[in-house]
Amino acid sequence: MLVNRKLILAHFWLAFAVFGFALTLGAWQMFIRSPIGTWLSNPELYYRSLTAHGTVMGYVFPTLVAMGFGYAISESALEQRLVGVRWAWTGFWLIVAGSIMALIPIALGRASVLYTFYPPLIGNVFYYLGVVLVVVGSWIWVALMSVNLRVWRKAHPGAPVPLAMFANVAGSYLWAWTAVGAALELLLQIIPVAAGLKATIDAGLARIFFSWTLHAIVYFWLMPTYIAYYTIVPRAIGGRVYSDSMARISFILFLVVAMPIGMHHTFADPMVGAGFKFIHSAFTALVALPTLLTVFTICASVEIAARLRGGRGMFGWIKALPWDNPMMLALAFSFVMLGFGGAGGLINMSYQLDASIHNTQWITGHFHLIFGGAIVIMYFAIAYDLWPHLTGRELIDLRLIRTQLWLWFIGMIVTTFPWHWVGILGMPRRMAYFDFGDPAIAPQALSVTFSAIGGFILLASGIMFIVILARGMRAPLADAGPYRFALAVHQPATVPVALNTHALWVALMIALTLTNYGYPILNLALSSGTSVPAVYVGAQ
Amino acid sequence: MSAEQAHGSASAEVAARVERRWATIAVIIIVCMALLAAFAGIHRATMPQPRVETIDPSRIHLSGEFVESNLGSVLEANGNVTVRAIGQQYSFTPACIVVPADTPITLRATSADVVHGILIQGTNVNTMLVPGYISEQLMRFTRTGDYLMPCQEFCSFGHEGMWGKVKVIDKADFAGRAKGGGRLSCVGQ
Ligand code: HEM
Ligand SMILES: [Cu+2]
Ligand SMILES: [Cu+2]
Repeated sequence: MLVNRKLILAHFWLAFAVFGFALTLGAWQMFIRSPIGTWLSNPELYYRSLTAHGTVMGYVFPTLVAMGFGYAISESALEQRLVGVRWAWTGFWLIVAGSIMALIPIALGRASVLYTFYPPLIGNVFYYLGVVLVVVGSWIWVALMSVNLRVWRKAHPGAPVPLAMFANVAGSYLWAWTAVGAALELLLQIIPVAAGLKATIDAGLARIFFSWTLHAIVYFWLMPTYIAYYTIVPRAIGGRVYSDSMARISFILFLVVAMPIGMHHTFADPMVGAGFKFIHSAFTALVALPTLLTVFTICASVEIAARLRGGRGMFGWIKALPWDNPMMLALAFSFVMLGFGGAGGLINMSYQLDASIHNTQWITGHFHLIFGGAIVIMYFAIAYDLWPHLTGRELIDLRLIRTQLWLWFIGMIVTTFPWHWVGILGMPRRMAYFDFGDPAIAPQALSVTFSAIGGFILLASGIMFIVILARGMRAPLADAGPYRFALAVHQPATVPVALNTHALWVALMIALTLTNYGYPILNLALSSGTSVPAVYVGAQ
Repeated sequence: MSAEQAHGSASAEVAARVERRWATIAVIIIVCMALLAAFAGIHRATMPQPRVETIDPSRIHLSGEFVESNLGSVLEANGNVTVRAIGQQYSFTPACIVVPADTPITLRATSADVVHGILIQGTNVNTMLVPGYISEQLMRFTRTGDYLMPCQEFCSFGHEGMWGKVKVIDKADFAGRAKGGGRLSCVGQ
């Protein structure tokens, strides 16, 4: 029952438009700092581009996808018209306004602080205010998801909340709480300085606040993808979800353990002691658990589909899968990239190994593989799956869709594998230029060239994606029927309260954040003499 | 699905059993990883910096450990070496660090302005420089030669030009140069 289709389409279209823009910048960055690019006489342009690319890809694009998808889930899984449509549009327009407000100072070179905005570098105040507006817009969505679930519960006392909505609301709570770290940093520390009310700032404390956001935001990006794994893929390929309760447990685990581990981003930092670093490292290991459970459940669900289609044998069933189905293809690519990316992630999380790759190109290679690869390819699949229901028109060109997915997968591998490799060689990240003529840097030239070529394959795939969706707006009318989610093999008639509500888990999430962050934050906030003079970007 | 319903509860039990087994394996993997990290940290002493030390960056040029005349490498009485360095937009001081091979070295560094990082290519030496705080790392080189030392965190428009160097020389050579006391570096060599 998708009623507010315009609202959902607006979110998706804005998401994919800004994605196309940032993707173009990404490909340009890749080219310009590679040996095949010519030296940019003004490196400052690179950092404007990088700030725009990171801000859009990190904050605007995934947030809009999660919101649009969230509204679609709420209406179709609950079979209930969205409550608060006006508010939803308000959130949308706040994001539009915030993005424009942030992008103008970036384009003018007044906010080249990159999306992590590490103080004491300080850019134009409107950049930060723009980011705050984007976050506030998304918080409206969080509130609406909660309200809509509550309305539904009233009408269906005690009934199991559909898995898609349960996960969607868990993701929204995770986002609401993880954004608080950066919000505190922006509101208490950065914006007063950027507005000229203060001239000093505690750079170490700011990094701790940001790490509060920086890890769990990754799981917020991942949520739509995991929801698609569990609730769309099995239906699309003709199977069933292996286990409804394991799925709920996985989403609960994300909610609880994604939060109190962000200090693994500060392993190499001087303002946190070894004790808290170890605690965060250990908790980080825990977050692998829901992913391991998911890999099992999804593989089992896929096997069920194959066997229902007549697949036989220990591995023979793999042949029986519907490989020409874009959803199947996207899932397989996503899992391959998740496998490689996850292995890389295990390296990052151990503080002994982290020292050899921290802040090198390995890191950018890693998160492009996971985020740009495993996660974004499922955003594509979600869009393809929902599109006929949103437009009332058929997506006819399956072959083009498959080609697009193949190109994204190949492009990601070609881009990110060499990207990891030069990181191991010690190539630092976020640099506009490398002197490949230096004999010590020359061995990296070939790998960087491959990455740049991969970047253009990705750009081509991204353009195809947008073209396919645009053509889908004009295809012949066809009724796609109601939008449905996958059922479990044993669809539960009742679900234990703990697996049907979020309150307990949200409380646990907040409690663990306080135990793991409270002391380091208070310690620095209360100690004097750690504030340093702000350095304004573009002030000279 | 009618056949399945007949086997419903039996197959549900099998499913639950397989699932529990996998969950157990997953938990064991994770516990092992955490233990491995703890072991490496304690036994091999590969730990991040244990203590938090602060410093006022607006005064580091005037007095204390990081005044210009105290930067560089110094041979301590016990035979170890201490290197003191600062990062600022867009260079390290000293821009070329000289150290002996096969010697325990303590790197102490901080930033005079924004966040920077020190990374010595081909080694595990990698730390952030956050203004207001002192970073300390232990290191030891087994191979003599030149190593590049880029800044690994964006520090504004000149970041791409912030590359230092580390020169690892023979232990006896270093001892000879250190005889006169003072702070050593390889700037201008
Ligand atoms: C598809 C989704 C993508 C996402 C979500 C994404 C996200 C990001 C983010 C968050 C950053 C960090 C910015 C920073 O360090 O401040 C980044 C950096 C970068 N991205 Fe992307 N990106 C995507 C695609 C691409 C593509 C296709 C390319 C082109 C090949 C690309 C090239 C780059 C480059 C060159 C950097 C800067 C690396 C550096 O200088 O250290 N990205 N990206
Ligand atoms: Cu993280
Ligand atoms: Cu730098």
